[in-house]
Amino acid sequence: MRRNGVFAKLFSLVFALFMLAPLVVVVGVSFTPEGFLEFPPSGISLRWFRAILDNPDFIDAAIVSLQLGVASATIATAICIPAALAIGGGRFPGRDALQALFLSPLTVPTVVLGIAFLRFLSTLGLNGTFWGLVFCHVVIIVPFVLRLVLASVVGLDPSIARAATSLGAPSLTVFRRITLPAIIPGVVGGWVLAFITSFDELTVTVFIVNPATTTLPVKLFSHITQTTDPLVASVSTVAILFTVALMLVVDRIYGLDRLLIGEGSH
Amino acid sequence: MNQDRARPWLLSAPALVLFLVMLVTPLVMTAVLSFNSFDFYGGIKPTFGLENYADVLGDSYFYEIFGRTFLIALVTTLICALVGTPQAYFLLRMRPLWRSVMILVVLGPLLISVVVRTLGWAILLGNNGVINDALKNLALIDRPIKMMYTSGGIVLALVHVMIPFMILAVWAALQRQDPATEKAAESLGARPATVFRRIVLPQAMPGILSGSLIVFSLSASAFATPAILGGRRVKVVSTTVYDEFLNTLNWPLGAAIAIILLVSVLAIMVAWNRLVEKRFAGVFE
Repeated sequence: MRRNGVFAKLFSLVFALFMLAPLVVVVGVSFTPEGFLEFPPSGISLRWFRAILDNPDFIDAAIVSLQLGVASATIATAICIPAALAIGGGRFPGRDALQALFLSPLTVPTVVLGIAFLRFLSTLGLNGTFWGLVFCHVVIIVPFVLRLVLASVVGLDPSIARAATSLGAPSLTVFRRITLPAIIPGVVGGWVLAFITSFDELTVTVFIVNPATTTLPVKLFSHITQTTDPLVASVSTVAILFTVALMLVVDRIYGLDRLLIGEGSH
Repeated sequence: MNQDRARPWLLSAPALVLFLVMLVTPLVMTAVLSFNSFDFYGGIKPTFGLENYADVLGDSYFYEIFGRTFLIALVTTLICALVGTPQAYFLLRMRPLWRSVMILVVLGPLLISVVVRTLGWAILLGNNGVINDALKNLALIDRPIKMMYTSGGIVLALVHVMIPFMILAVWAALQRQDPATEKAAESLGARPATVFRRIVLPQAMPGILSGSLIVFSLSASAFATPAILGGRRVKVVSTTVYDEFLNTLNWPLGAAIAIILLVSVLAIMVAWNRLVEKRFAGVFE
C-alpha cells in the first residue's frame, strides 16, 4: 500500500493537536502559581498539587472510585465468563435474545439508566450506598467485558476441552486448566476496560451517590460547575497520569486497539 | 440431553438474574413513574395518566430542548464522519511506528474521563480562554468570540469525545478491505483522490454508517459536556432531566422526558438500520 502524502501527514498532525489540546491545557494549568486558571502558566509551581492534600474530599472520592472500579469490574468479569462460555459455546434457543439483553446497556441513553437506578435504589432505601453503586456499575460495564471475553471464547478449539473431558477430567478442572488459560487475555482486557469505564463514569453515578460515596468524576464535576480554581486541573492531571500509566501497561500486554475494538486486529 | 439444554442457561443465570433485577425492573419502574403525577406539596402520587407526556409534547420550551439536542447530535455526527473517515484511512497507511503513536493519541482520550476532557475545552473556549487570548495577541480580533455556553462549543467538545468511536468503526471496516483493489486502481492510473473516493470510500461505508449510529446516539444522550459547557443557558435533554430530578424534584415529569428521549433514540436507530439495510443490501450480501 502507498504511504501517506503531504496532505495526509498535515491532516494527521492537525488532528493529533486537536486530540491533545484539551489534555495539554489541563496539565499546563495545573502547574500555575496563581489562584485562577491561566494558560500558559506564568511560572511552574506545585501549589495546586499540594492543595490536593489539603482537600481530603478529593482523596476520599478517589478512594471510593478505586474501590468501586475494582469491585464492579471483578463482579462483572466473574458473571461474564460463564455467560460468554454459554453464548459463545454454540447455538441454543434464546441465545440471541440473551446476548442482546446483556449488550443493551450500550443502547439505552445513560441519563435514562441514571434515573432508573435512582428510582429503583431509592424505592429500596439503598440510594447512595456503596454496594448499590457497585451493582449499577456492573450493569453498565457488563457489555464491555462480555464483548472481549466472547471474542476470545469464539476463538477456542472445543476439541481440546472435549479431549480433557473424555480423559475423565471433571468440568471444573477442564475450565481451570484448559478454558481459562486460553481466554485469559480477553478476561484481563475486559477487566481493565471495565475498571476504567467504572472509574470514569459520571452520568449514571451523579444520580445515585450521596456525599459519603461521591466518586472522583462526580466530585470533579460538581467542583467545576461551582468554582473555577486550578485545583480541578491538578486533580485531573493526577487522574490523566494514572490513566496513561494504566494505558501503557495495557498496550504492552494486550494492545490498546484490540482492547477498544474488541476483536483480533494484530 | 436435558442437562445439555439447561447448561447455557445455568451458565448465564448469574448475569441474567442481575439484569432482570438491576436493569429490567428499574426501567419498568421508570416507565410507570412517568405516568404518575406530582405536586409540590404532596410529592409523587401513584396515579396513572398521560399528563406528563401532554406537558412535554404541548410545550414549545421542550420542543426547543429536544430540537437543540438532536441538532447538536446530528452536526457532531457529520463532523465526526467527515474528519474521522480520512483520518482512519491515513492511519491505515502510516508506518507501523507512527501508527502506534497515533493510535495512542486517537484512542487514549477514550480512557480519560469526559469531565477532565471537557474541563480542557472549558479552559480553551472561555472568553479569557486560550483560543481567544491567542487570537487577541495575534490582533485578529478585538473582542472575544463567545464560545462557552454556545451550541457550537458543545459540538466542538463532543466531536473530541466521540470521534475515536468513528475512527474505530471505519478502521475496522477498512481492515477488511482487499488492499489489491487500491493497487489495481493505482496501476490503472487513478489519482489518490479518485482512489479514495471510488475505491476506499465505498468499502469504508459500512464502518461510517455504524460509527455514525454510535456517535449520534451517544451525542444525543451526552451529559457531562453540555452540562459543563452549556450550563443552564444551553440546555439539552439530559441536563433537563438532571434538573427535574435533582433540583425541581418533579420525578414523574423528568421520567417522561427521559422515556421520550429513550423512545426517540431507539426509533432513530431502528429507522437508520432499516435505511442502511435497504440502501446497502448489495454490500452486505
